Amino acid sequence: MLSQTLQYLFSGLTNGAIYALSALGFSLIYNASGVINFAQGEFIMLGGVAAVLLTSAGVPLPLAILLAVLMVAVVGLLLEKFAIEPAGDADVVSLIIITIGASIFLQGVAQVVFGKGQRALAPFTGDAPIVIAGASLLPQSLWMIGTGAVIVLVLAWFFGRTRLGKAMLATAHNRLAARLVGINTRHVLALSFVISAALGAIAGVVSAPITLTSYDVGIMVGLKGFVAATLGGLGSGVGAVVGGLILGLMEALAAGYISSAYKDAVPFALIILILFFMPRGLFGARVTERV
Amino acid sequence: MSATPADGAPLLEVADLCTYYGRIQALHGVSLSVPSGSLVALVGANGAGKTTLLRTISGVNRASSGAIVFDGRDITRTRSDLRVRSGISQVPEGRQMFGPMSVEDNLRLGAYTRPAAQAQRSIERMYAMFPVLEARRMQPAGTLSGGQQQMLAIGRALMSQPRLLLLDEPSMGLAPQLVAEIFAAIVALAKEGVTILLVEQNAHAALSIADFGYVLETGKTVMSGSGRDLLADERVKQAYLGM
Ligand SMILES: Nc1ncnc2c1ncn2[C@@H]1O[C@H](COP(=O)(O)OP(=O)(O)O)[C@@H](O)[C@H]1O
Ligand SMILES: [Mg+2]
Repeated sequence: MLSQTLQYLFSGLTNGAIYALSALGFSLIYNASGVINFAQGEFIMLGGVAAVLLTSAGVPLPLAILLAVLMVAVVGLLLEKFAIEPAGDADVVSLIIITIGASIFLQGVAQVVFGKGQRALAPFTGDAPIVIAGASLLPQSLWMIGTGAVIVLVLAWFFGRTRLGKAMLATAHNRLAARLVGINTRHVLALSFVISAALGAIAGVVSAPITLTSYDVGIMVGLKGFVAATLGGLGSGVGAVVGGLILGLMEALAAGYISSAYKDAVPFALIILILFFMPRGLFGARVTERV
Repeated sequence: MSATPADGAPLLEVADLCTYYGRIQALHGVSLSVPSGSLVALVGANGAGKTTLLRTISGVNRASSGAIVFDGRDITRTRSDLRVRSGISQVPEGRQMFGPMSVEDNLRLGAYTRPAAQAQRSIERMYAMFPVLEARRMQPAGTLSGGQQQMLAIGRALMSQPRLLLLDEPSMGLAPQLVAEIFAAIVALAKEGVTILLVEQNAHAALSIADFGYVLETGKTVMSGSGRDLLADERVKQAYLGM
C-alpha cells in the first residue's frame, strides 16, 4: 500500500518536473510580453527530436544534448525575431495566434524531418530501476527531477541576484518604467524567448528516454505546462514550479487510484476549476501598487 | 506673450514636434527650448499633451515629425535606452514603481545604464536626500505611501546621473505638506545644476520656482515667458491659476 503510494509519488514528481519546466517557459514569456506562447510545447518536442536525430547520427550523447538545447534556443530567438517582433504593437490576441501558427509550422517541419513514428533517446545512465521501499524508480526519473531542481535554483539565482534578471523582472512589473530607466525591453523579450526555448529543450531531452518523442509530443505537454502555469498563477516562478508538481502528482494519483484513462482528463478538469474559482492561481500577481 | 529663454546654450531643443496615438494627434507642432542649467516649467490643462511631450522626448512614444535635439545631437529617432545613456531621465506620471520589488532594487535599476560598481555610492546619496527611503529600503515599493513613492521615483530617475531631468506632475495626488517637500527637493536639484523640465497642472507652484515657462494647449505651445511674467499674465491667471 505504502509502496504503491510511493510509486505514484515518484511518477508524479517525474512528470511534474517536466510540467514545471514547461510552465516556467510560459510564465517567462508571459511576463515579458503578456503573450501566452502556445509554441512552448514545440520547444520540448524539438529538444527531444533533435537529441534523438543527433545521437542516431553518431553524435555522443552529452554533445547531442548540448547541441539540441542550443539549436532550440536559436529557434526561440528566430521565432521572436521573425514572428513576434515584426508584429510590433499588435494586440496580445494576435500575438497568441501567431504563436499557434508557429506551433503548427514547427510540428510540420518536425514531421517532415523526423517522420511520424515514436522514438526514444537512450537513458543517460542505464535503465536498471532503483527500488526504494518497494517502489521502483528509473535512473532517468532521477535525472528529470534533478535537472528540474537545478534549473529552478539557477533561475532563482538569475532573477534574484543578477542585474539582467532583475531587469527582466522589472520589465514584467512595469514596462514603461523599465524603458525609462534605460532597459532595452526588446532585448528582454528576445531573451525571454531564448530562455524559454532552452528550458523547453532541456525538458524535452531529459524526458525523451521515458516518454518517447515524436513530432506531436509537444501538444499535450505544452497544454499541461499551460495548466500548471495557470494553476500556480501566470507569471509567477514559484507558482510555475508548484503548479507543475501539483499537476504531476494529481495525474499520477488519478491514474493510480481511479483509472489511467482519467490521467489526461485531470489537467482539463483542473483548468476549468481554476478559471472559475481562482483565476489568479495560487501565486498570481497580487495588487501591491497603490493607486 | 511669446519669448525664448535667453541665458545659456540650449541643452534640449524641441522643434515642431508632432505625435500621434493611432490616428489621434496629441502634439500639433510643439516647440520649446531648455537652456543648460535652467528650470523650465511646462503648464497646461489635463489632456493638453504634457505627458505625451515628455514621453516623446524620452523616446517611449514616437515622433511622427519635428525634431528633438539634445546637447547638439538630433535624437528624434534614437532608441529610448540610448537616450537614457546620453543623459535624459524621466520621473513619469503616476510614479510607475516596480511595485513588488524593494525600494533598493528600484533605485539600483535606476542605475541600469551605469556600471554596477558606481550604483552603491549613488544609492547612499539618494538615502541622504530622502532618509525615509533608507528606513524602508527592503520594503516592496508598492507598499509605500504616495509621497514616498514620488520620492523613490525621483531618486530612481536621478540614479542614472542625468543631465536633463524630466518631471511629470510630481505633485499629483499629494497632500500640500508633501507637495512642498517635493518642490523643495526639485529646487535643491536645480541649485546643484541639474537641468530640469517640470510638467505640472499645479501651474502656480511650478511657475513660482521656474526660470522660464511654457503654456501648452491642445498639443501646441501657446505662450512662453519667464516664470514671473507668466504668473502675472492675465490670461494665464484666468485659465490656469483660477484667479
Ligand atoms: N494611450 C493613449 N491613447 C490614445 N490617446 C491618448 C493616449 N494617451 C493620451 N492620449 C490623448 O492625447 C492627448 C494628450 O494626453 P496627455 O499627453 O496625457 O495630456 P496631459 O499629460 O497634458 O494631461 C489627450 O487628448 C489624450 O486623450
Ligand atoms: Mg499627463
